[in-house]
Amino acid sequence: ASCVQYRLVVRDVNTLQILQLYTCLDQIQHIEWSADSLFILCAMYKRGLVQVWSLEQPEWHCKIDEGSAGLVASCWSPDGRHILNTTEFHLRITVWSLCTKSVSYIKYPKACPQGITFTRDGRYMALAERRDCKDYVSIFVCSDWQLLRHFDTDTQDLTGIEWAPNGCVLAVWDTCLEYKILLYSLDGRLLSAYSAYEWSLGIKSVAWSPSSQFLAVGSYDGKVRILNHVTWKMITEFGHPATINNPKIVVYKEAEKSLQLGLGCLSFPPPGAGAGPLLSSESKYEIASVPVSLQTLKPVTDRANPKIGIGMLAFSPDSYFLATRNDNIPNAVWVWDIQKLRLFAVLEQLSPVRTFQWDPQQPRLAICTGGSRLYLWSPAGCMSVQVPGEGDFAVLSLCWHLSGDSMALLSKDHVCLCFLETEAAVSTACRQLGGHT
Amino acid sequence: MGDWMTVTDRGLSSESKTISQYTSEIKMSPSSLYSQQVLCSSIPLSKNVHSFFSAFCTEDNIEQSISYLDQELTTFGFPSLYEESKGKETKRELNIVAVLNCMNELLVLQRKNLLAQENVETQNLKLGSDMDHLQSCYSKLKEQLETSRREMIGLQERDRQLQCKNRNLHQLLKNEKDEVQKLQNIIASRATQYNHDMKRKEREYNKLKERLHQLVMNKKDKKIAMDILNYVGRADGKRGSWRTGKTEARNEDEMYKILLNDYEYRQKQILMENAELKKVLQQMKKEMISLLSPQKKKPRERVDDSTGTVISDVEEDAGELSRESMWDLSCETVREQLTNSIRKQWRILKSHVEKLDNQVSKVHLEGFNDEDVISRQDHEQETEKLELEIQQCKEMIKTQQQLLQRKAFEEERASWLKQQFLNMTTFDHQNSENVKLFSAFSGSSDRDNLIVHSRQPQKKPHSVSNGSPVCMSKLTKSLPASPSTSDFCQTRSCLSEHSSINVLNITPEEIKPNQVGGECTNQKWSVASRPGSQEGCYSGCSLTYTNSHVEKDDLP
Repeated sequence: ASCVQYRLVVRDVNTLQILQLYTCLDQIQHIEWSADSLFILCAMYKRGLVQVWSLEQPEWHCKIDEGSAGLVASCWSPDGRHILNTTEFHLRITVWSLCTKSVSYIKYPKACPQGITFTRDGRYMALAERRDCKDYVSIFVCSDWQLLRHFDTDTQDLTGIEWAPNGCVLAVWDTCLEYKILLYSLDGRLLSAYSAYEWSLGIKSVAWSPSSQFLAVGSYDGKVRILNHVTWKMITEFGHPATINNPKIVVYKEAEKSLQLGLGCLSFPPPGAGAGPLLSSESKYEIASVPVSLQTLKPVTDRANPKIGIGMLAFSPDSYFLATRNDNIPNAVWVWDIQKLRLFAVLEQLSPVRTFQWDPQQPRLAICTGGSRLYLWSPAGCMSVQVPGEGDFAVLSLCWHLSGDSMALLSKDHVCLCFLETEAAVSTACRQLGGHT
Repeated sequence: MGDWMTVTDRGLSSESKTISQYTSEIKMSPSSLYSQQVLCSSIPLSKNVHSFFSAFCTEDNIEQSISYLDQELTTFGFPSLYEESKGKETKRELNIVAVLNCMNELLVLQRKNLLAQENVETQNLKLGSDMDHLQSCYSKLKEQLETSRREMIGLQERDRQLQCKNRNLHQLLKNEKDEVQKLQNIIASRATQYNHDMKRKEREYNKLKERLHQLVMNKKDKKIAMDILNYVGRADGKRGSWRTGKTEARNEDEMYKILLNDYEYRQKQILMENAELKKVLQQMKKEMISLLSPQKKKPRERVDDSTGTVISDVEEDAGELSRESMWDLSCETVREQLTNSIRKQWRILKSHVEKLDNQVSKVHLEGFNDEDVISRQDHEQETEKLELEIQQCKEMIKTQQQLLQRKAFEEERASWLKQQFLNMTTFDHQNSENVKLFSAFSGSSDRDNLIVHSRQPQKKPHSVSNGSPVCMSKLTKSLPASPSTSDFCQTRSCLSEHSSINVLNITPEEIKPNQVGGECTNQKWSVASRPGSQEGCYSGCSLTYTNSHVEKDDLP
């Protein structure tokens, strides 16, 4: 689905044919599929409106008006029948039910980047609250929105909460001024608290491994600390130095190749094991020999949100690999082997890495840097793919399909779908569209 | 005497040193004039002989000179030059004998003195060179002392500087630490301050929010509504339910169920892991035990204590294993036992490996001097040598046996031919006798044979070879006419061969069945061939001989 201004366009993934077209009342800021893929909500923050469309019944409509309460965020509940709207100034969260047309209110939600989190099985929702200058966490049962547990957390200023994939542990971490991460069990008991150091900027990013065995905590000191689920103690820490000396680590450096004219569908030779340089039309990867020094960025120390620390963390779906980005070294993506707890590979791009995402099915990492190329890495090797199209297609973000066969590449006003075949050959199909997602 | 010496030195510079030495010896104190004269008239080893003699004694002053000489000599202890005076007034006659004696004495004295002088001179030289040497040493040492003193001063200076630097660095470090502490304190105080401010601002903000919330809620806003075409069914088809206490309880139950499931799952995983690890540990333990137990055969006294523990461990472990299989849970005591036994084994293994390492290093360092420790190569060499020896001995024995056999065979052949000749006449009678005797004798001597062989010490081929001719001779004596003795002896020799060769390879217990079996077959064969013709017997003998030969060859 993608939206353009005030129109919602739904397409088929394989053929990109337009299936449905809906018109909303105002410019859409946010669209979201329901979990069962039957409904799409379109949120218009300016008007405080949410419109819900059904795919099965195009005539069905639903409009939720928050009125003067305003709208700041809107999301589905995991059962696909409730919509949670966060009103302006985070005054309250309104839970609208599509089944019963009833409304519930949740007071004092916390205004933090990750204040609401649902368990993977959709049973429980954890919400961060703040009352009287203290942080609380409420756990709700999603089926009937009953408050299950309400407990306070020993944080100064809670910044984020996240359920473990097994739904039994909730990770709660504090503001970046203090390094503290707390682990609570489903029933509200504090299991463990971890703090690596004090007096320095603390946690920047947190990620659970899909098997719930590991919790990766990336901090402003450029290190990722891995906690294990048995003792909740740190088992190892990964540093991100600017120079790599270990010859066992493969360092891929993107290098400009001489321009080759010619577009069209590109298929590439499969990457060999321990790959040598693989070609694309404009850039290729070279294996750099150690010692390798990476391009670093000196952070501006007197501004907020300095570009240091581990800003991005992602586990591969089989929990074997962890991809990280150190904001000091914005061009590089570090891939760590979790089985052996050491650095596996480093990819250095020519421009800063914008985002990366793992294939939901296998350990394949897709990286985009804002250029017109898509980069793929797998343990066998990596390659750089040119996105075809007239002019420059600046890939700003990407999103994998659940099956792992295709992914959507988004630029400012275009969407490109990339299909990956089961063999290493890759083909891309591009559609010029308006809007995205 | 001082001026005497100096005068001597100056005056007699041209003369040899001995003269001056000699003059210094003489302790005379005549008048100065006289001394000059005496100087001049000291013993002439050079050309001034005449002048000397003439200087002292002339024609005129003979008497004077004699009396003077006499005076001098008597003072020196020599006998008087004059003859014994009978009266005071009479002139004393010169005693030539005394004079000659005195001269001789003086010469002897002179020689002695010269010798002494030489010795003293050489000693003087030696001392002088020693002195020089010592002086040079002394000067060198003095230089060394100087340089080392200078060095020491330099080092002390450096030490002082370094200590100074050290102190400075310590001071810097302390300063830095203090600064860090100060900054931390500042940060802490600022943090509390900011927190306080933040809280205040937050409270204000909350108040405003509340007010806004109230205003928003109070406003009769028709717009806050949901406009929905029709109700949507729930995903799972259930209808909405009321929130009651029961639902609350149900929710709690479900939550706890989920948690419990998760814990159970994890515990299962951990149990599985534990079981696997325990299996691995037990396997390791078994392997370690098996590694260490072959040590028992090697005659190393150091390993004895470890083998002792190994054996005891094996016994222990047998009991343990049965216990552990019963208690396959993580019982505290069982776990401890397992880990303890593994640790023990590991320690033994480690110490053994260390010993081996030490031995290897010792061999490398000391060569072949150490008698207690034999290196592996030595050991191998020794074993090779021994094996060669064994091989040679075996071959020797074989050849001996062969020769003996042949000899025996020849003898028997001769006797047999003789017998044949004799038997031409008394054939039937002897046959039956021989059979009986043979069986009887074989029976008894079988037993003897066995006993003899079993009693035989293992490494003595000589006794065996002696045994067989002895037995042979015995048999020949008793049954000179029976060809059975030949094959019997052959069987016996074959058996003895068996035993002699098998001595080195097989234990006596194993020989017995062979012997018995061999004997039986041979006996049967020979008995079967008995009633046949003599040629048959002969062939029987030869066959048994070949049989034994073949058997012999079969032996390794």
